[in-house]
Amino acid sequence: MTETVVRVTDLHKSFGSNHVLRGIDLEVARGDVVCIIGPSGSGKSTLLRCVNLLEVPTRGTVVVGDHEMTDPDVDIDAARRSTGMVFQQFNLFAHLSVLANLTIAQRRVLGRSRDEAEKVARHNLERVGLAGRENAMPRQLSGGQQQRVAIARALSMDPSVMLFDEPTSSLDPELVGDVLDVMRGLARDGMTMLVVTHEIQFAREVADRVLFIDGGVIVEGGVPAAVIGNPQQERTRTFLARVLHGTAEV
Amino acid sequence: MVFTALGFLLALALGLVLALMRLSSVGVYRVVAGAYVEFFRGLPALLVVIAIGFGIPLAFGTILDRTLSITLALGMVGSAYIAETIRAGIQAVPPGQVEAARSLGMSPARTMVFIVIPQAFRIVLPPLTNELILLTKDSSLAFLLGTTLDQQELAQFGRAALNEVRSLTPILVVGLCYLIITIPLSYLARRLERRFGSAGMPKGAEV
Ligand SMILES: Nc1ncnc2c1ncn2[C@@H]1O[C@H](COP(=O)(O)OP(=O)(O)OP(=O)(O)O)[C@@H](O)[C@H]1O
Ligand SMILES: [Mg+2]
Repeated sequence: MTETVVRVTDLHKSFGSNHVLRGIDLEVARGDVVCIIGPSGSGKSTLLRCVNLLEVPTRGTVVVGDHEMTDPDVDIDAARRSTGMVFQQFNLFAHLSVLANLTIAQRRVLGRSRDEAEKVARHNLERVGLAGRENAMPRQLSGGQQQRVAIARALSMDPSVMLFDEPTSSLDPELVGDVLDVMRGLARDGMTMLVVTHEIQFAREVADRVLFIDGGVIVEGGVPAAVIGNPQQERTRTFLARVLHGTAEV
Repeated sequence: MVFTALGFLLALALGLVLALMRLSSVGVYRVVAGAYVEFFRGLPALLVVIAIGFGIPLAFGTILDRTLSITLALGMVGSAYIAETIRAGIQAVPPGQVEAARSLGMSPARTMVFIVIPQAFRIVLPPLTNELILLTKDSSLAFLLGTTLDQQELAQFGRAALNEVRSLTPILVVGLCYLIITIPLSYLARRLERRFGSAGMPKGAEV
């Protein structure tokens, strides 16, 4: 079972003269969890945002499922449906209830009926442990609850891969666990996931593969036991030493 | 007041269209809407009321119904202000909202209609009530067009003017003077706005 869901080839991205991604090659197989770690500013978010074309790559190709995202003639809205994105800042639609957050794209994009969309929404709210909060507004929820709603919202579109960009980085420490638990559950259910995270423990425990990115290239990649447990590159060792010894800014 | 209500509704609808045009990725839309806004924002409502009550009879030889003239004048002036208010409101919607919508596969147009505009209206509600008050004051200019048929002074001017074309010149001159003052002012305002870093268009929100 080695069907590839995400294939990134020779990906480059520049912002003006700032050459952020310098040739990334990456494959994610169906059901795999790939964690991306690396220092701040190394291009982790940019890489993730290139996968669903929120950023347009300067060079290289990105294929998700049957869609070549980087094909100039691609129907980008259709192609994006195969990816679900979870942002650091949650980005729940502030003017909509929890239920409406989960149903609006199902109805307006997938054309599902209200009944069907609500059924899917309730199922996914249950998966993230928030059954019964359908009518809450986003601002009435804690950060951890908002992030779990955001996960349920992305899941409701039946994506073939979930993209997470530091989903716990803006949460109070006591709320991080709930979100990570939900993500563990998704991994167990066989969801394909590409996760940018600073939670080294989570990566060690859940990831099938860990990639360490620095300076816009993948410095080192492999199973967690290798990359985290026994890093070969000096840069990886330095980074891990800093993160694991709790220095706040990495 | 009927004029105010009708004029405001017209101004709101026209203002939304103009705001979307100003934020459009199509250059022609931006230029046309920009010119419209500069023009009507620069003119006193009084002049527009006069121009419609006076100029239209001149140009087309017909006198517009009074309610219609006032509604039109107020709508045209109001829409210029409201367009700027709504544009600012749209730009104040956090870019993350647009990114979330796009990442769910919503098109730019759907994102605008279902995510950005509803939030923008919440943001601009206070300044919008302000525009309503201004418009209410401007609607007092309706007296220029009289309240009964006998009192349609301006309309009579208009009728008289049909025979004496020269008398429109002073209005044109006054209007031009106003624009000469106000257009540089709004350029200055825009430069200041840029200087102090007002929010840009949320990424991917162009229609
Ligand atoms: N929209 C943008 N315009 C210009 N430069 C950008 C943009 N987005 C990111 N960059 C630049 O690209 C570089 C990499 O940013 P990126 O957000 O991908 O880093 P990151 O690895 O996610 O860091 P962090 O851990 O802080 O989130 C940075 O130098 C950043 O300033
Ligand atoms: Mg980042």
